[in-house]
Amino acid sequence: MLSEPVVRVSHLVKAFGKFRAVDDISFEVEKGEIFGFLGANGAGKTTAMKMLTGLWKPTSGEATVAGWDVYTQTEKIKLTIGYMSQKFSLYSDLTVKENIQLFGGIYGLTNATIQSKTASLLARLDMSSEANSLIGALPLGWKQKLAFMVAMLHDPQVVFLDEPTGGVDPITRRQFWDLIYEAAAEGKTIFVTTHYMDEAEYCDRISMMVDGKIAALGSPEELKKGFASDNMDEVFVSIAREGKTL
Amino acid sequence: MKRFRAFVIKEFYHISRDRRTLLILFGMPIAQIMLFGFAITTEIRNANIGILDLAHDEHSQILKDKILATDYFLLSKELHSESQLEASFRDGTTKLVIVFEPKFSQNLERNGTANIQIIADATDPNTANTLVNYVGAITFDYTKQLNKDQNLPLQIDLETRMRYNPELKSVYYFVPGLIAILLMLVSAMMTSISIAREKELGTMEVLLASPMRPYQIILAKVVPYLILSFLDAMIILLLGKYVFHVPIMGSLGLLIGVMLIFIALPLALGILISTVVETQQTALLISLMGLMLPTILLSGFIFPIENMPLPLRAISHIIPARWFIVAVKSIMLKGSGLLVIWKEVAIMCGFLLFFIVVSVRKFKIRLE
Repeated sequence: MLSEPVVRVSHLVKAFGKFRAVDDISFEVEKGEIFGFLGANGAGKTTAMKMLTGLWKPTSGEATVAGWDVYTQTEKIKLTIGYMSQKFSLYSDLTVKENIQLFGGIYGLTNATIQSKTASLLARLDMSSEANSLIGALPLGWKQKLAFMVAMLHDPQVVFLDEPTGGVDPITRRQFWDLIYEAAAEGKTIFVTTHYMDEAEYCDRISMMVDGKIAALGSPEELKKGFASDNMDEVFVSIAREGKTL
Repeated sequence: MKRFRAFVIKEFYHISRDRRTLLILFGMPIAQIMLFGFAITTEIRNANIGILDLAHDEHSQILKDKILATDYFLLSKELHSESQLEASFRDGTTKLVIVFEPKFSQNLERNGTANIQIIADATDPNTANTLVNYVGAITFDYTKQLNKDQNLPLQIDLETRMRYNPELKSVYYFVPGLIAILLMLVSAMMTSISIAREKELGTMEVLLASPMRPYQIILAKVVPYLILSFLDAMIILLLGKYVFHVPIMGSLGLLIGVMLIFIALPLALGILISTVVETQQTALLISLMGLMLPTILLSGFIFPIENMPLPLRAISHIIPARWFIVAVKSIMLKGSGLLVIWKEVAIMCGFLLFFIVVSVRKFKIRLE
């Protein structure tokens, strides 16, 4: 690889008392890569993501995001990343437009930029007619796609998506992934956690987390070959249930 | 700054779109002051009274004029004999009859004491009490005036069946208390709920992952409620002054200053509550039970603190509203300056500092 990794993690640990939620993980993510973070509930995916987004300070180890240090430069990190949380992250009592204005304002965009972004974003989602609808009135799939676009409003280098497609129907999920591919093609790095194993196939590389550790890391093909499985479901089961590692 | 503005605008959207919030913010203060002012007031104006003057002399005439010159009483009937008393009460036209004894002036000047009998319609004991007290006050005033230029102290005895009602309340006393309670409600409850809502819905995480600093988020949350609380306080004050004629004897600047301290106080409390709760419901419960009830019951707003048993009296010291009410009453009704109420102001500032320090520390701990 020629370019510098966008996310660089080395021996990162987050401990709550004696419990190590994230236990000595290391990996690197390249520019434009779609990096999947898989694992059962409580495996430490969200904790790892919270450290990389500057929400929590790590206990030990090192990590940089877009070259900024997660201990000391969290304010810089927050400016260069987009974040979409597990729970729905737009305000349902605000209209589509007002939400975009709010987040544009929070990220310091000019009014002109916000306006042009709003127009192009709504056009891309075929939602121009809904600009003045309250978010609460929209179907869940639309909201999630919108939330993703809003998280990308300020052209972040890295986008962190924490289980973005929970509860969304398969068709909308497919559309959602189209958006992710487009973003990656523009050179944005996508860091995504998910429960859905079919989604894992869409990622360039995935890391499987078990009990705070990375049990396996590689492209979906590599993992399937390594565990002699036909699909990611089987890979996941052999790692999570049988404790195999690669 | 742009960030901050965008966020404050968002808060106003939230508030303006939620009808319940709007109702609490603006409907409640107005409804409450109207209720307390009109319905629960014990102040009476233009009560119909009868007068039975058996003396028809100098002093009885002056006193009669004095009584009728106030706007508390309207003379509905001049009676001529005691036999008319019963009838005038029975047809409901008279709430009170004042009887001057025969030779009123003569008794007063020769013996130094004269008698007035007051007979009140006691079917409404509160009204009766209040009216009797008014007559008493006017009579007392008159004897004081007479005694100024006389060596011998003169005395007019009031003979009445009714006892003095020490809890003679009026809207004057309700306005400061109402301001305290509404500010407590609006500031503390609304801020704690609105912060808890962000947590509950998960939007707080997104905000924390954004370039907004935590203190900016909190400040942006607080500013709209600061403005609205202040508006509320002004509404009550204006209604009090122009609808109920509550005087503002002291300096308006000082009054507003004290109010601002007391607005900041529940705001800090609201933030404190929101740092420990995760849902809007708990925020609501804690603010209602933990703040509203003690404020209503123990601040001296409804129940006089002097009459409380010792433990409750002790607890009332840590109710910020207690000090606020004392200070505001003092400024509004007595025209006191800062010199008189410095103790209350100092105590409130102490509370404020304490709550800010604790909530900032709590908030930081949560983020770690």
